[in-house]
Amino acid sequence: MIGEEFVALSLTPMLIGMLAAIACALPGNFLLLRRQALIGDAISHVVLPGIVVAFLITGVVAAVPMMLGAAGAAIVAVVMIEAIRRLGRIEPGAAMGVTFTAMFAGGVLLLEQSDTSAVHLDVEHALFGNLESLIWLDATGWASLFDREALAYLPVELPRLLIVLTVVALFTWVFWRPLKISTFDESFAQSIGVRTGPLGFALVIVAALAAVAAFDAVGSIIVIAMFICPPAAARLMTNDLGTQVAWSVFFATLSAVIGYVLAGYGPLWLGADNAVSAAGMIAAVSGAILALTAIAGPHKSRSGAPAKG
Amino acid sequence: MLWQALTFQLGYNATLVTLGATLLGVAAGVTGTFLFLRKRALVSDAISHATLPGVGLAFILMVAMGGDGRSLLGLMLGSAGSAWIGLLCISALTRRTRLAEDAAIGAVLSVFFGIGIVFLTFIQTMSEGRQAGLEGFLLGSTAGMLYSDAVIIAVGGAAVLLAVIAFRRPLSAVAFDPEFAASSGLNVPRLDLIMMGLVMAITVVGLKIVGLILIVALLIIPPVTARFWSERVTGVLWVAGIVGGVSGYVGAALSAIAPALPTGPVIVLVSFSMFALSLFFAPARGVLAAVLKHLSFQRRVHVRQGLLALAQGQPIYEKLTLRLLRRAGLARADGVATSDGKARAAKALRDETRWQMARSREEFALAATFYDGLTEIETVLTGDQITELDRLIGAPKGVRP
Amino acid sequence: MTAIELATSNGTRMDDRGADAALAIRSMTVSYGQKPAVFSVDMTVPSGSMTAIIGPNGAGKSTLLKAALGVIKPLAGSATVYGQPVENARARIAYVPQRASVDWDFPTRVLDVVLMGLYRELGLLGRLRGTHKTRAMECLERVGMQDFAKRQIGQLSGGQQQRVFLARALAQNAELYLLDEPFAGVDAATEKAIIDVLQGLRADGKTVVAVHHDLSTVPDYFDRVFLINTTRIAEGTVEEAFTPQTLQEAYGGRLAMGQLGQTALGA
Repeated sequence: MIGEEFVALSLTPMLIGMLAAIACALPGNFLLLRRQALIGDAISHVVLPGIVVAFLITGVVAAVPMMLGAAGAAIVAVVMIEAIRRLGRIEPGAAMGVTFTAMFAGGVLLLEQSDTSAVHLDVEHALFGNLESLIWLDATGWASLFDREALAYLPVELPRLLIVLTVVALFTWVFWRPLKISTFDESFAQSIGVRTGPLGFALVIVAALAAVAAFDAVGSIIVIAMFICPPAAARLMTNDLGTQVAWSVFFATLSAVIGYVLAGYGPLWLGADNAVSAAGMIAAVSGAILALTAIAGPHKSRSGAPAKG
Repeated sequence: MLWQALTFQLGYNATLVTLGATLLGVAAGVTGTFLFLRKRALVSDAISHATLPGVGLAFILMVAMGGDGRSLLGLMLGSAGSAWIGLLCISALTRRTRLAEDAAIGAVLSVFFGIGIVFLTFIQTMSEGRQAGLEGFLLGSTAGMLYSDAVIIAVGGAAVLLAVIAFRRPLSAVAFDPEFAASSGLNVPRLDLIMMGLVMAITVVGLKIVGLILIVALLIIPPVTARFWSERVTGVLWVAGIVGGVSGYVGAALSAIAPALPTGPVIVLVSFSMFALSLFFAPARGVLAAVLKHLSFQRRVHVRQGLLALAQGQPIYEKLTLRLLRRAGLARADGVATSDGKARAAKALRDETRWQMARSREEFALAATFYDGLTEIETVLTGDQITELDRLIGAPKGVRP
Repeated sequence: MTAIELATSNGTRMDDRGADAALAIRSMTVSYGQKPAVFSVDMTVPSGSMTAIIGPNGAGKSTLLKAALGVIKPLAGSATVYGQPVENARARIAYVPQRASVDWDFPTRVLDVVLMGLYRELGLLGRLRGTHKTRAMECLERVGMQDFAKRQIGQLSGGQQQRVFLARALAQNAELYLLDEPFAGVDAATEKAIIDVLQGLRADGKTVVAVHHDLSTVPDYFDRVFLINTTRIAEGTVEEAFTPQTLQEAYGGRLAMGQLGQTALGA
């Protein structure tokens, strides 16, 4: 694992998996506490129609228009869920279910109808991502990290995710106080002048941004799993929000690293020849971590009464 | 062509698919209604995603035992098994930890789906796995459907529908008011389990046609659509069944005449268009009706408040109130009442005073509970009672200082 | 007395009255769906007073408070605080929501909740200094909760939760305190502690408005009452507005006359 082969074949996918996992886990903490955990699920389903529409409009498979399309679809979905919930007076779970299944169906239909066979755009890629292929062939060893020429050929997903993670982390840092106050006590937050509506919307948009960037690299399964599993496991480890966020980052990193290694090398250890899906394995590992904390987490049981109404 | 498809003239298989999809739509719509009314619609999302590892594992096991691996019945059994484990995980997470149900649903659906993908990628590396076509379970595929598959789906859909009909009364009772149902001797946890079992059965049956991601739509969209048309459980059940059935029928027929249109998404989009129409145009609960009602309600509130202010010689602060009064010819731009406005204001104030008197007298206590500022007193009290109120108001006794 | 005069004496004239009032609500109507929960309510809270908002369940007490604060949007009407729109007077208001309105399983500790009261002062990224923590601790001491500063909030009893909420309001260092059911489901010791703090606030010239439901303690705790049942029934000093007649009007048949007689002044 050490040396050339590792840097060229494993380092970048592993890093990309980590960055994607952390970028999703950070907003996931707040979504979890706001009982909006499934927003991540909804967003990741509507990314597909978003990129298909972007492709149909621009005619090219390029990262920027597709990310814009996916972000646009996420916004449409969020607005639609809110509209159905408020105007139709439908409970949020059902409103989400209607929205993301319909949009996903629309995406599949558009995909089948349009001539995308020539380009690399299919449903399975959308679901599983393509983590294993994000390798850095120009790397010859650890020294390549300081080699400007080799660095120029890093998979573009890596810097892209780095930027998105920075944005997500900055948002979390800057709006930490209002996010915390409005998540705990929304009406108090409003009484002191926090604009809870726009703030909640911004949180969902930031989550969508993380989902879209991560999705491009690792597919939607990781996105859903990382929005929920690391924050949920972290919640069972501590009773302090800051510590919870730290644990969630740690669990996200751990899932990405262990999941990637198990997917790549696990089957070989078991005598099989080929690796299995890294995205699937990362999700599975995050589930295993959640299972462990659910059994033995120091703060697994609830202590306060839930909110009424 | 569409007519032929709708009238089952496109051959045996297309007919079977259409029949199967219709039955599936009805059964899913009706079953989903109970889930929706229990406010647990998205549990179906977890159930459907949790079928995938079962599909994969069943395939691997069947191949390991020397079979073909593609037997629909075997794959369905496997998917049911893993969906059931997923349900148990959700219930364990919500009961034994502090996590809420939405987090448990999300965790189970993503983790099980991830494990399923791991199995699928493993199967692709098996020599028997190259043509397994298990990806068809993600989005459904009726293209390579065998006659026996269609029979299994049709029979399965019918069986679930019969089971739902058999359990409709206790399930409705639990969906409507679980606490009352429990107090009247129904075993709510067991009925919830039956409901989940039925949802799981629908999911398993529907996997082949619409796929595991879109089967959720058939369970959620018809009941939500139906909710716009009825306030009663039975009504919602009927409409949901019809919406689901029509979606399955029209969707399958459409994709039969245009093979490029995949069955699952078309069915979902047909039902979504029915939802969208209902959301906007349903007579009582639709958005259009609600907006109109709200606007007229807001007008009533402002006019009433404005009249009371006019009657009491108070200035009108809100521009909207004044504008509405002017438009109705009740006040001038400077806020002074017209003669019509004076008459209406006097009537409003007299009614308000009557209400106030009614509320202060014990014998009118029941009627007084109808007071909300807008309800006309004539709709609550008889002429004689109002005369009595006027008598009380006229007399100095009983009026507080 | 004619009908017109009766209604006018009941409905206070509103001219200029909002200017020096701590809280003034004008013609406020709030509805959930198609039925007003609060209809055309006027309310004037003089600066330095201590007012109880009372009325039967579902009479719109909490709704009125939330609408005045802009937490829910009224259908008509407006509110001013010290003569200014609420939006411009947020720094002068401290609001204590109902205890049951939040999830007490939230991962945070008692001191953190009190520090939330300092948000307007700290802003997004202002540094939290030792002096802030000292102030928060002082607020906890005033409600007798200093020993619980490091506790997870889920471990508190109902009364302790209510005291922490009050400490958060104290940390805001406001002039107008609006409390929604501060005595609901709390123990006797907490009730005493809370009323002591509130009366101390009033002694310092602050204004207190509390949604209240225990009629028997109204004359002891408050100097003004505001009776509401969808619309305003009565408003004024306890002597003026807390009478058997006004209570009968507000509560209708829901209170036995005997109870009213024992509770209300002047009976």
